[in-house]
Amino acid sequence: MKDTRTEARPIITLEAVEKYYGDYHALRGISAEIRQGEFFSLLGPSGCGKTTLLRTIAGFEDLSAGRLFIDGQDMAGVPANRRPTNMVFQSYAIFPHLSVAENVGFGLRRSGLSRAERAAKVEQALAMVGLAGFGGRAAHALSGGQRQRVALARALILEPKVLLLDEPLSALDKKMRDQMQVELRRLQRQVGITFILVTHDQEEALIMSDRIAVMFEGQIAQLDTPQMLYRRPVTRQVGEFIGVMNFLPARATVTDETHIEVDVSGLGRAVIGPDQLPGGWHPGQTQSVGIRPETMSILFPGETTDRRVATGTVEDLAYYGDMTYYEVRLDGGDRPMTISMKNLVGRPVLERGTEARVAWDARSLVLFA
Amino acid sequence: MKRPLRVYAILYLCFLYAPIALLPVFAFNDGTVIAFPLRGFTWDWFRQLAGIPALHAAVLNSLKIAVISAILATCLGVLAARAATRFAFPGKKGIMGLIMLPLVLPEIIVAVSLLVVLLQLGLSLGAWTVILGHVLIATPFAIAILNSAFQGLDRSLEEAAVDLGETKWSSFRLVTLPLVMPGIISSLLIAFTISLDEFIIAFFLTGTEPTLPVYLWGQMRFPQRLPVIMALGTILVLASVLLLAIAEYARRRGAARTGQKDAGGFL
Repeated sequence: MKDTRTEARPIITLEAVEKYYGDYHALRGISAEIRQGEFFSLLGPSGCGKTTLLRTIAGFEDLSAGRLFIDGQDMAGVPANRRPTNMVFQSYAIFPHLSVAENVGFGLRRSGLSRAERAAKVEQALAMVGLAGFGGRAAHALSGGQRQRVALARALILEPKVLLLDEPLSALDKKMRDQMQVELRRLQRQVGITFILVTHDQEEALIMSDRIAVMFEGQIAQLDTPQMLYRRPVTRQVGEFIGVMNFLPARATVTDETHIEVDVSGLGRAVIGPDQLPGGWHPGQTQSVGIRPETMSILFPGETTDRRVATGTVEDLAYYGDMTYYEVRLDGGDRPMTISMKNLVGRPVLERGTEARVAWDARSLVLFA
Repeated sequence: MKRPLRVYAILYLCFLYAPIALLPVFAFNDGTVIAFPLRGFTWDWFRQLAGIPALHAAVLNSLKIAVISAILATCLGVLAARAATRFAFPGKKGIMGLIMLPLVLPEIIVAVSLLVVLLQLGLSLGAWTVILGHVLIATPFAIAILNSAFQGLDRSLEEAAVDLGETKWSSFRLVTLPLVMPGIISSLLIAFTISLDEFIIAFFLTGTEPTLPVYLWGQMRFPQRLPVIMALGTILVLASVLLLAIAEYARRRGAARTGQKDAGGFL
């Protein structure tokens, strides 16, 4: 399964896409390929251009420069109503004067289908999103979650080549959001249509996506699978944006062609393999390295390890029930770093001021380009 | 502490409505002198209304002018309100301010300047010149009403319709128009009412076919006609109240149907 997905042909190709609003440079040379049938996310802070890029694909914004292909066809001059894409809007944009069935069937007006055929399709689409039998209701009387489902059914009924989702979960409460994340993923696998999701929520992107493009200031900083983004962020900015990451001052020296030695403040020296180096790396670039909280662990009294061990003091902690997040200042380090520990049976929660031994190894270190 | 305020409110309402309340009283009074004591009940003045052809011509003229003015002002209002709520363009604030200015401009100034311009252009006065003036003063009201109708509209609604295959125009027709329809109805009714009882502009620009208010003013010279005018006034007050009530009902129902917050409106 994984192989067919990575081999899949591109459904959307972006070539050096630029977008200006007057003097404001919203998209700066975006090039990417989005593959047939994948769940693709555009992730970034607000104002990074992710929604602009989505609206460009939908046809609501013109390109200032560059080219956009959907399923091999150049979209220059093709208006939004003739593109093989459909969109779920952030506000859902449910037509308040129409019933649920009229909303869902709106796109079929020009399909040439008979009334009965359209009604059957609408009912099928409603069943797909779990709203069977809701067709006769007034659209403005629906709850937030139901509106979202209507918006989904309305967009999917036209069987677009690409479904565009503009922050579709941001208006829902936490519980509803978690549920819809799972459901959206299931729906995407079921219909096999390429989904492009815009979100500022890195957790949401990680959970749902096959691949994610992380965007900052109109550019794609990294386009990768969720695992690679989390484990090997290519820049410090990406590492900071996705999950929690500690940054420690470091210096790198090349020992031979294949191995690099890094001197990390507070932890000590470590030898790094070439597989841990991002493309285009050279030794002078390394001023800091990243390390994720869960790739280190605090050794409890009597516990032994074959990993490297550093020493420090617990300065603060946050107890989450299943996890405890410790702020540990390493001896010789200038600021505390976060280490997360599972609260296993029999493992005590350390108090503030406790001396702690921290186990780590060289594979935990992330170097940035 | 509450009592003086209540007395004040009642006095204020009396000041506003007592003169209007006198209209129907004397319209049904059996006597040509407008004075107390009342002399008895009669339908006579209403019956006389039916027998004055010049009055009927004035009513028809007024209705014609009011309907056309209302439609024109509302069409202009739809265009302006959509432009003001959907697009950003240089000088927008200044342009909107100038469009709304006739709302507070003394009508006598509008009337005199229009008259001067029309006479300079060598155009003859008539129903069309009155319509011109009435559109000018009714359009700001139409824009104010329609602005609030358009403002409550999520702009992604039209985009969603386009996304689902409709053209820009059919999206406007299928989605935007039905949603702002209550605003349009309310604007039509208010513009109609404004035109119907406008006097100054009509007086200056009307030519040989007077509108109803101009005709009424002309009749004031004949004291024996006063009770007939009272009867006519009674009908006009009832019609105006009815129209404004329908306008406000349409606006509120529209707001409720689309789930918008009631943004106030005019009434």
